[in-house]
Amino acid sequence: MRFKVGSSSTLGVCVALMVSTPAALADTAFVTNEKDNTVSVIDTEKLEVIKTFKVGQRPRGIILSKDGKWLIICASDDNIVQIYDSRTYEFIKSLPSGPDPELLILHPSGNPLYIANEDDNLVTVVDIKQGKILTDIPVGVEPEGMGMSPDGKVLVNTSETTNMAHFISTVTNKTFDNVLVDSRPRVAIFNHSGSQLWVSSEVGGTVTVINPADRKIVGKINFKIPGITREAIQPVGVRITKDDKKAYVALGPANRVAIVNTETLKVEKYLLVGQRVWQLAFTPNDKLLFTTNGTSNDVSIIDVDRQKVIKSIRTGRYPWGVVVAPF
Amino acid sequence: MSLAGTRWGLALAILVAAFCVTSATPGLAQTATPDASGEGAESSSPKKDVLTIPIILAREKIDKPLPLSLLDLPPADDGIAGAQLGLKDNNTTGAFVNQEFILDVVEDADPDKLIKDVLAKVEGGAQLIMADVGPDTLVKLADTVAGKDVLIINYGAADDRLREEDCRPQVMHTAPTRAMIADALAQYLVWKKWRRWFLVLGPKKEDKLFADALRRAAKRFGAKIVEERTFTYETGNRRADGGFEQVQQQIPTFTQEAPDYDVLVVADEGNLFGDYLPYRTWDARPVAGTAGLVATSWHPAIEVWGGTQFQNRFKRMANRSMRPLDYNAWMAARIIGEAATRKSSGSYKDLAPFIKSADFELAAFKGVRLTLRDWNGQLRQPVPIVSPKLLVSVSPQPGFLHQFTVLDTLGVDKPETKCAAFTQ
Repeated sequence: MRFKVGSSSTLGVCVALMVSTPAALADTAFVTNEKDNTVSVIDTEKLEVIKTFKVGQRPRGIILSKDGKWLIICASDDNIVQIYDSRTYEFIKSLPSGPDPELLILHPSGNPLYIANEDDNLVTVVDIKQGKILTDIPVGVEPEGMGMSPDGKVLVNTSETTNMAHFISTVTNKTFDNVLVDSRPRVAIFNHSGSQLWVSSEVGGTVTVINPADRKIVGKINFKIPGITREAIQPVGVRITKDDKKAYVALGPANRVAIVNTETLKVEKYLLVGQRVWQLAFTPNDKLLFTTNGTSNDVSIIDVDRQKVIKSIRTGRYPWGVVVAPF
Repeated sequence: MSLAGTRWGLALAILVAAFCVTSATPGLAQTATPDASGEGAESSSPKKDVLTIPIILAREKIDKPLPLSLLDLPPADDGIAGAQLGLKDNNTTGAFVNQEFILDVVEDADPDKLIKDVLAKVEGGAQLIMADVGPDTLVKLADTVAGKDVLIINYGAADDRLREEDCRPQVMHTAPTRAMIADALAQYLVWKKWRRWFLVLGPKKEDKLFADALRRAAKRFGAKIVEERTFTYETGNRRADGGFEQVQQQIPTFTQEAPDYDVLVVADEGNLFGDYLPYRTWDARPVAGTAGLVATSWHPAIEVWGGTQFQNRFKRMANRSMRPLDYNAWMAARIIGEAATRKSSGSYKDLAPFIKSADFELAAFKGVRLTLRDWNGQLRQPVPIVSPKLLVSVSPQPGFLHQFTVLDTLGVDKPETKCAAFTQ
């Protein structure tokens, strides 16, 4: 059995004191399996699936509540957002969303929740405590990526067919700027200091880096991999290390994760992972990176310090989203 | 917030003034409250100058016999609904960049009248045309506007000659050609190791052209046509009370005594007899081509690569499923919209060179970026292989390689092109 810090805190503290490196503390990764309607629970120390539980139809985007107690999951084909207990995996409640929710993000204060509803050109703002829609924000065609500035003031949504990053004030819930990027933008993410916004363009094959202060494009990253056609290079997931020095970019059917220097915006290395890699998540200590590989039904695990893929773990069919909880 | 405060102050002042003037009728003053605040909210975002971009949709109403199946009867707005969705998508984006696209549909059964009407629009300033017309009409239309600042995107005609010997510098094409369709199907059949084909073609000109494309594809990808027959029975009206009794006898006889084959490949573009073939052939063989397993630019059941939302959007708007012609039209409208947004312009001089350039790309729910062939203006695209109800595969198939892009394994490639006019 694995130790659960939350449920037996004394024991948890003892274990924490006994082990020397923080990497040895087990975290838990949760992976949504789009085709199986399940979530795979992975022990990040043993690196194995310890549980698979049923959720709503076509689970995709997955995040943790601020206190870590809730898993918040987009059940796209049920047109709702579901909440599960992150320790017992029991269903708690549903949240209303617009149709076909795909990706979501929480305000840094823990509430409200912002959901991209692909089917009706809206970002829906939901109070997760009251389970109530606060407002809808009109954006471009097929909203998808959701990025939140570290201070919680700016929400960025990408629209896949409009090809824009929409800058939204979380105070007024209105767009105040729109930046055109390459085709089919999928993911938007701020770095931890808030000085860069990264937007991946799946069909365009590029990642655009924007200065959030003036919304000017500061650089565009192209990817070249010998033996891989340009069409197969489709950036989707982006994650940035806590020191803001490296960005990891999932390249879809190119089956690679690129490591990019955030200062020079140059690709330093490509790591071979499973097939059609889409979403990424670091463990809380940045030691490991999990990648969801849709068509090979597995996640690859990257040792961040060594920049090496150390293992792949079989999940359900078409793994899509991933989040890692610090327990 | 201070602005809002000022506005409230102003509204209050107006209200007070209104109340003073109409103090005898307090009811009036009450109704003034929401009006005043509403107007204030409007004026806080003054409208910037919106660039209006007209797109002409030229459609030749061609009289065709109806297809066999009730499911295949073309809706009156076939293609037009796709263009309308394209315009809607363009306008959602346009709202953020102050562009407004307007669709102007010009239709006629008489090609000369149609061309005259389009020309009148061109003389009135229109520069962007999307066309669903017969191949001869397209050439004529292109020659009529030759030298003017006019871009034509052909989304209807599949004729290879429009991209080859009859290509024109101002004409681009979103509709896949017959050669692309035949190559896409051939790659799948060869991948499946169904290499021996029994070709059945209809008597119409279009059927012969598709049969030519199939013969070319067979040669190109290593299949062999072991038998070829032309379906010459008079198909008659698409329905009578009954009919199946005779068809059940007719088709086995028609397909009898063929040499051993793997798949029957049918060329019947009008769907006038092809759908009779599956389950009725003398030998138990699958049917592909224009019936059975079909290569096509779109299918109403495609859900990959974000297609679900796209299909839903179309259905909500048009109250029906999206057909290949709608998809081709949507791509034509989106090419214009995408170029206009990127170039902040609606003029031919800005858009045409950009669309032709290597920098242009279109995302169109096919999983990869779509670009134009710079030697003839044909849009490169993966081609779905579909059964009547589901996506079966997408060509190019794995293993069919190309030195530049695998998408160029479909259709006439650069070294083979007969098009000289496009690059001039």
